[in-house]
Amino acid sequence: MSVNIRIEHALKKYGNNTVIPDLSLNIRPGEFFTLLGPSGCGKTTLLRMIAGFNTIEGGEFYFGDKMINDLNPAKRNIGMVFQNYAIFPHLTVRKNVEYGLKNRKVPKEEIKKKTDEIMKKIHIEEYADRMPERLSGGQQQRVALARALVIEPDVLLMDEPLSNLDAKLRVEMRNVIKQIQREVGITNVYVTHDQEEAMSVSDRIAVMHDGVIQHVGTPKDIYQRPANLFVASFIGRTNLVNGKLTVKNGKCTVSLPDGYRFEMDNILDEEKHDQDVILAIRPEELVINDKEGIHAKVDDSVFLGLNTHYYVLSDDVHCIHTEDKDDDRFELIQESLIDEIIPNGTDVRLRIKKEKVNVFTADGCKNIVRGVKDDRI
Amino acid sequence: MKQKKQRRGFEIWTVFTWVIIALFLVFFIYPLANLLRQAFFDANGFTMKNFIKFFSKAYYTNTIKNSFKVSTLTTLCALLIGIPYSYFYSFYNIKGRKLLIIISVMCCMSAPFVGAYSWTLLLGRSGVITQALAKIGINIPTIYGMGGIILVQVSKFYPLVLIYMNGAFRNIDSSLMEASENLGCTGLKRFFTIVLQLSMPTVLAAALLVFMRAFADFGTPMLIGEGFKTFPVEIYSQFVGEMADDWGFACAISCLAIVITGVIFWIQKFATEKYKFSLNALHPIEKKEPKGIKGLAMHLYCYIVSAIAFIPQLYVIYSSFRNCNEVFFLPGFSLKSYKSAIKRNLIGAIKNTMTLGFAALAIIIILAIIIAYLTVRRKNFANEAIDTVSMLPYIMPGSVIGIALLTSFNKKPIAISGTLLIMIVACVVRRLPYTIRSATATLIQIPMSIEEASISLGASKLKTFFKATVPMMSSGIVSGAILSFVAIITEVSSAVILYNTKTLTLTIGTYISISYSLGVPCVFATITTLITVIVLLIYIRITGTEDVRL
Repeated sequence: MSVNIRIEHALKKYGNNTVIPDLSLNIRPGEFFTLLGPSGCGKTTLLRMIAGFNTIEGGEFYFGDKMINDLNPAKRNIGMVFQNYAIFPHLTVRKNVEYGLKNRKVPKEEIKKKTDEIMKKIHIEEYADRMPERLSGGQQQRVALARALVIEPDVLLMDEPLSNLDAKLRVEMRNVIKQIQREVGITNVYVTHDQEEAMSVSDRIAVMHDGVIQHVGTPKDIYQRPANLFVASFIGRTNLVNGKLTVKNGKCTVSLPDGYRFEMDNILDEEKHDQDVILAIRPEELVINDKEGIHAKVDDSVFLGLNTHYYVLSDDVHCIHTEDKDDDRFELIQESLIDEIIPNGTDVRLRIKKEKVNVFTADGCKNIVRGVKDDRI
Repeated sequence: MKQKKQRRGFEIWTVFTWVIIALFLVFFIYPLANLLRQAFFDANGFTMKNFIKFFSKAYYTNTIKNSFKVSTLTTLCALLIGIPYSYFYSFYNIKGRKLLIIISVMCCMSAPFVGAYSWTLLLGRSGVITQALAKIGINIPTIYGMGGIILVQVSKFYPLVLIYMNGAFRNIDSSLMEASENLGCTGLKRFFTIVLQLSMPTVLAAALLVFMRAFADFGTPMLIGEGFKTFPVEIYSQFVGEMADDWGFACAISCLAIVITGVIFWIQKFATEKYKFSLNALHPIEKKEPKGIKGLAMHLYCYIVSAIAFIPQLYVIYSSFRNCNEVFFLPGFSLKSYKSAIKRNLIGAIKNTMTLGFAALAIIIILAIIIAYLTVRRKNFANEAIDTVSMLPYIMPGSVIGIALLTSFNKKPIAISGTLLIMIVACVVRRLPYTIRSATATLIQIPMSIEEASISLGASKLKTFFKATVPMMSSGIVSGAILSFVAIITEVSSAVILYNTKTLTLTIGTYISISYSLGVPCVFATITTLITVIVLLIYIRITGTEDVRL
């Protein structure tokens, strides 16, 4: 049943405003694929182009070998879960779920059988005769999922399906969605702006920005080896600092403004030349010690049980400000120790875990560390 | 501390509660009770003779049947014409949409029988179209009787359906349409299974409104009904006609009218119960470009329907400038009709109309704001009673209210019959339910926390009410109030019972001058239309054409 989705040179314009300039992507059969990005990045637009609700100004969209550019949305055999669920408020749960089957002229007994089956699987059979208004958000979400899946679509599209739920239900429902998707084995395209949600459900994630795909990869790949500075700072927390790369006798050394330097052995060969770089250091990639590293002073700390977060200020090395992090201080996370929390004002040194740290060109466009995997096609 | 605070609020708003209860008792409950008393009692005590008289003669019972027939058919036709119109209007980019909606609002806000009168000028026995067609040997069916009433009423009431449905269609979220399309259901099938079903509560509400208006419409059947007598016409002729010596009988028929409209109202409420869902569109539907033959057909449909409704309005204006004698229009144009209208107290009628409009409107707005506040924010038994009672006039035909007021206030202690005041009272009673409803709806939307913030910042409760609550409510009330103004100045059914020569209004002027002139009623109607247009333009300026609500 499941099918791959191939997008070649997609172009989307609203009037003279180009939203998606040129986008190519290959989504594998049966895969849980997430479009992740800040609002306005074009992820929902792309999803709606796949669904057929947005016009396609250029490029080709394929389900398997079938081009679907001009195919009526009703004929694409797509299941769609909308952000506000779009449950028909005038129909009972059962009638909502049956709706798509009825339009496909499926025989009556089969409609009943399939509807019962899917309602059981998604655990809504006890609400079958209720009106949607008497359901909670999570239950409505399940109805929307059942309604989308019962028609046995080739592709399941979900547009921010969890954004209307509270935090606890969000976690519960994303597990439900993931589990059902696995069971059914359907190709799923999922849109969200919540990176934690994306990481927890996806087989692969495409990070989008300004209508351009920045990076496609597994959650682990994009977190640990982001393709560029945008991905590094959008996914997870990151301290960005300016540094210099110097190459001597084939050996690469990264130095920071306060003189702290360390050798790196995983720089790409073609980038082995002296240049300004930007380091992206995640909070867990900094180690507090008193031997080596950036000279700094503990400014503040937050104890969160499992971990303790420290905010540490250096006189010489200031973090670059970004949209998410508007602060000179380094943020670092340490597993909470039984000893006392380091008091504010303590002088410390910050060692960088050099095997984990990412180094970008000064314009932020490229990660020059080996191991970046970007498999969009 | 807490108790003291509570008691202070208690005092202020309790005063309002009692003032309003007192006003209702005097100007609404007492007249209503009086109506019942006259229907059921005579000099010898309790009697059913009025009702026995009514039900023992087919002549009387037929008026009920006739009213039912006309109102039902009018409602059906108005829905059949209005719903497709609204669908095209809401889902497609119909060209000239602003003009279409302005014309539609104008048609349904115009004085009730101006349309009827104009149709007689066009299609009546000596109507232009009738005679033109007769010359080439075509005889068209008569406009007098049931068919004509339905034609006039439908062309006046379909815009109500249009405006109501526009509101409902705007509330359908585009994702519902997409979900349906995605699940394989499009086109006409989607219209019937999704779009129409989702707007069913509004369809029912619009149907009720049209039915009530058609049922209570007095001017149209009076003018062109001829042998076909309807209920309101019978009430009127029993009360003011030459044979009118029996007020008890007129009151009894009035009671029957209230019972009938009450039953209809209850049935509609019962039917609406089934649709317990609310719509709220996060993403309203984007209008599509109508293309090809289908697009052309849609445009033609909208334009032809609007033209049929609008031509009579234009023809009246045109006719007001024509030369005429008592019976025929003559060739040539002049202001002769205007001159004779001025002789017939046109200026006085304009003054009366404006006084009536502004005074009634001011009272309505003040009362509506206070009542809405009491029923939404100070829920208690007395205030809920006020809420229920204030809605009663909604189901009462205007002529019934007119009779109730007139029979109650024609003697001391409150002898106001024949004054403008009694007409103001009638208009306030008639229009108050509408304004209260829009005020209540607006107030429910305003979070309590805003008022609490104002109080916590040191404003007194009364100050909070005037500085925070009322300004926030005003946007919701103003637009409705403007339309109420038009409704007040075009009020006929109660005014025709309450007026006298001193309190002549423009619409009543139109009505009575029909009996003695061809041109003068056109003049009165033209001036009314002119005022209506000005008011509507102000209204549209404020609300925008897309948001026309009644």
